[in-house]
Amino acid sequence: MSTTIETAIGAAQTMVLNMGPQHPSTHGVLRVVLELNGELVAKAEPIIGYLHTGIEKSCEAKTYSQVITLTDRIDYLAPLSNNLGYCLAVEKILGIEVPKRAQYIRVLLTELTRCASHLVWVGTHAIDLGAMTVFLYSFREREEILKIFEYLSGQRMMTSYFRIGGLALEPPPGWLDKVQRVVDSLPGHIDEYEDLLTKNKIWLGRTQGVGIITASDAIAMGCSGPMLRGSGVAYDVRKAFPYSSYDEFDFNVQTQTAGDCYARYQVRVAEIRESIKIVKQAMQKIPSEGPFRAEVPGIIPPSREEMKTSIEGLIYHFKIFTEGFAPPPGEVYQAIESPRGELGVFVASDGSAKPYRVKFRAPSFVNLQSLPKLAEGRLIADVVACIGTTDIVLGEVDR
Amino acid sequence: MEPQDIDKHPVVHKLREWSASAVAEVLEFRGETTVVVPREQLLRVAEYLATEPSLRFSFLSDITPVDRFPIEPRFEVNYHLVSLDRRERLRLKVKLTGSDPLVHSVTGVWPTANWHERESYDLFGIRFEGHPDLRRILMPDDWEGHPLRKDYPIEGYR
Repeated sequence: MSTTIETAIGAAQTMVLNMGPQHPSTHGVLRVVLELNGELVAKAEPIIGYLHTGIEKSCEAKTYSQVITLTDRIDYLAPLSNNLGYCLAVEKILGIEVPKRAQYIRVLLTELTRCASHLVWVGTHAIDLGAMTVFLYSFREREEILKIFEYLSGQRMMTSYFRIGGLALEPPPGWLDKVQRVVDSLPGHIDEYEDLLTKNKIWLGRTQGVGIITASDAIAMGCSGPMLRGSGVAYDVRKAFPYSSYDEFDFNVQTQTAGDCYARYQVRVAEIRESIKIVKQAMQKIPSEGPFRAEVPGIIPPSREEMKTSIEGLIYHFKIFTEGFAPPPGEVYQAIESPRGELGVFVASDGSAKPYRVKFRAPSFVNLQSLPKLAEGRLIADVVACIGTTDIVLGEVDR
Repeated sequence: MEPQDIDKHPVVHKLREWSASAVAEVLEFRGETTVVVPREQLLRVAEYLATEPSLRFSFLSDITPVDRFPIEPRFEVNYHLVSLDRRERLRLKVKLTGSDPLVHSVTGVWPTANWHERESYDLFGIRFEGHPDLRRILMPDDWEGHPLRKDYPIEGYR
């Protein structure tokens, strides 16, 4: 595969180097085939599929509710966002309206997910570029958020807390106090990271002017999330196509115009602050009482109490958990803003109890496609920064 | 929406006005509009939708094939378009037969289609004419069959 190229001092051979699939800074099992001219990258080609587990095929053999556990495992750094995307898609096909209380709780939790995911990103990206300290701090803060998820759902990561029609369980008492503690402490911690990074000379040298993608290229390559907003395009699904009552919240879409790694870093840090703003508003809005699940007999499971005391409740419970429910035939595409960008869920129903086809439009998969555009012509060390700011999760890329 | 109202949908109306043969059928479900396009017309329609100043569907979110086996035409390929500044979504649908699952590539209109089309080829065996690099993307290169087809067993061939 190596070729001869012309350089200033004459013809030279390029060298082909495999970066990954076992490279620590590829955040999983990504392989990038690099064609090198000395230390310059002449060509970069991402090779994916090492983590392909056939999730979309598995979905077709499960009932609509069973699929939720699979969605946790797609983007394992933002399981609640995946839960939300899938649940909204199925609710759309069914034509179900989720109670406001559940909608606000969903908003609050997905925004906390965004914080947790960006914290992992800032930590791992810093470690990739040689700044160890931030990693230790950001994982400490992330753990506090995961503790909230554990308190609500029993799981730190594979939460499956959002269910079709609402939530899995009534949130336990005192959970908002825990959220309050995180909301109070997190902005101060973000300041700490910014102290360590934002004006750090090495950080600036490693990220400014590195991995530039222009706005028109980013749109053409289908980039979304901070990848697109770092290039100056203010496209955020929460604003453009509001879902789950996002139109009732006051927040700004964060953009930068440089389109380089530093711009994407700035966007993500600013997004954590915006998310905290949304969480605070949601805490005000969430009513302390009210249904956490829609009431649709035969589709949404009845309450425990009803299942134990009424014959209809018992029958519905049995039917929902043995054979599931059958939505009307049709196809929907529901997009949400996951921490990585536009997460689209396409669900096709044929009128049976199992989804006919489920497709996840994974933002990492699409964003990764522009890696050659970011890395080609730059030093091999910059490839690490480029992969880092693309913020890929291989579970989502390969599905 | 009633069937007669669908034609009043501004994008559909515009498409019909531009070229009557470009629209084979219009479907409306849960507020989402799907325009079924004849296979031969796809590239033309894509170019028109992406470049027409009053529409500007410049962002291709996703390409999703669906296998309707054993019904013919067996494959449906869905293109999810977004107009970023007009905040509108549209779905294009092309139907392909099992014996000739071939459609023109839209990589020239939306470069992001590259990997989506490779994925569709890999998992469904749909071929895209004019694609610059139509190889498998998720499955190993020497894999046999296309796993997301409905006649491919869920446990694989064992």
